Amino acid sequence: MAVTTLKIDGKEVSANEDETILDVAFQAGIKIPTLCHIEGLTDIGACRMCIVEVAGSNKLQPACTTKVKDGMEITTQTARLKKYRKMVLEMLFSERNHVCAVCVSNGNCDLQTLAVEHDLTHVRMPYLYPKTEIDASHEWFALDQNRCVLCQRCVRVCDEIEGAHVWDVSGRGVQSRVITGLNEPWADSDTCTSCGKCVQVCPTGALSNKGKATGEMTKHREFLPYLAQRRHDHK
Amino acid sequence: MSKTRFATVWMDGCSGCHMSFLDMDERILQIAPLIDLVYSPLVDAKVFPENVDVVLIEGAVSSEEDLEKILKVRTRSKFLIALGDCAVTSNVPGMRNQFTVEEVETRAYIENAGYNQHIPHEVIPALLPKSRPVHEFVNVDLFVPGCPPPADAIFHVLSELLAGRVPDATEVSKLTRFGK
Ligand code: SF4
Ligand code: SF4
Ligand code: SF4
Ligand code: FES
Repeated sequence: MAVTTLKIDGKEVSANEDETILDVAFQAGIKIPTLCHIEGLTDIGACRMCIVEVAGSNKLQPACTTKVKDGMEITTQTARLKKYRKMVLEMLFSERNHVCAVCVSNGNCDLQTLAVEHDLTHVRMPYLYPKTEIDASHEWFALDQNRCVLCQRCVRVCDEIEGAHVWDVSGRGVQSRVITGLNEPWADSDTCTSCGKCVQVCPTGALSNKGKATGEMTKHREFLPYLAQRRHDHK
Repeated sequence: MSKTRFATVWMDGCSGCHMSFLDMDERILQIAPLIDLVYSPLVDAKVFPENVDVVLIEGAVSSEEDLEKILKVRTRSKFLIALGDCAVTSNVPGMRNQFTVEEVETRAYIENAGYNQHIPHEVIPALLPKSRPVHEFVNVDLFVPGCPPPADAIFHVLSELLAGRVPDATEVSKLTRFGK
């Protein structure tokens, strides 16, 4: 594997050519905000929180899906990046119905944490207040579309790690929705093994265990890097 | 030194933000000598006065009365603070926004009423089609999210303002957030 050298926030780092900017920054102790990324699953660049500036290009690049190149000069924290990351968050909040005060994930939510880290004290876009569904048909789990950020972590963990591929995304743009099976109630899915992995990786209160009250849902993700490694070793 | 003309307004909220204001406990004594409380659910004034320096707004804009009130409050106040998630995001009052006003009223006054089922058209202010945050109607100078915002956040914001400084979002974010 060819080794390259590059600069992130002025710091010289070396990396393998098949690594992403996000991997290399992480190893160098440089924190880039992420939402759809989760260690152990294939990155898809869905949320755009991890955008960075690359010298010589006016285009902002998602760090999680952009591979490093020799001589790259990357900047991860600028006023421009902060502005766009904040806008991404505002759009996510305005597109669904996030009522943190009565959410199972209140206090344990990746979206909320990102809002705090970006000093987001209000949302400038008008709220859309879409009419959204809750699927509580599964014996143990519930899907609340009000809180979904379309990160597709559920889709990927179920496909790549559990091998069941229960989840997909239907529709386009703001009408996009995660669906189970062929858009049937979760309980009717023949392939769901009820492993709960999707619930644990979901960054928000969109997927939760049933019976949780406000703020009671905490997620446990320790299993993921381990299982991902095991899958990798078997390939 | 002249006192800061201070007001608080209660729109579509549960009064929890006002309770949190009172939760400043003995710190209210530090603030009291510096302000003149000219309008608030906590005092008797019936009309929102002119020339208010700082006003705290609790609650979303949900009815025609709220809308009339917030427009008047804005023209009569220098520094307007959206206090709490209902004022900032519409929060719990906004949970009705997935339904029409007719559906909401039928649910409340007919389906859930055990007696005298009818939708009132007098005395109770008419609902707007949606319950919306304050800044979708008027300019807001500072946002203090939280349900309710902790007393520490309210105290910080007020002490900064009374000391002649404008509190910034970074400091506010250290003390409160959506849902806090
Ligand atoms: S998912 Fe997160 S941001 Fe959305 S309502 Fe729940 S706690 Fe708030
Ligand atoms: S519980 Fe497991 S199998 Fe079922 S949808 Fe979630 S990840 Fe897939
Ligand atoms: S349900 Fe959760 S994991 Fe799946 S796309 Fe929505 S937010 Fe992401
Ligand atoms: S973390 Fe890179 S696009 Fe979501």
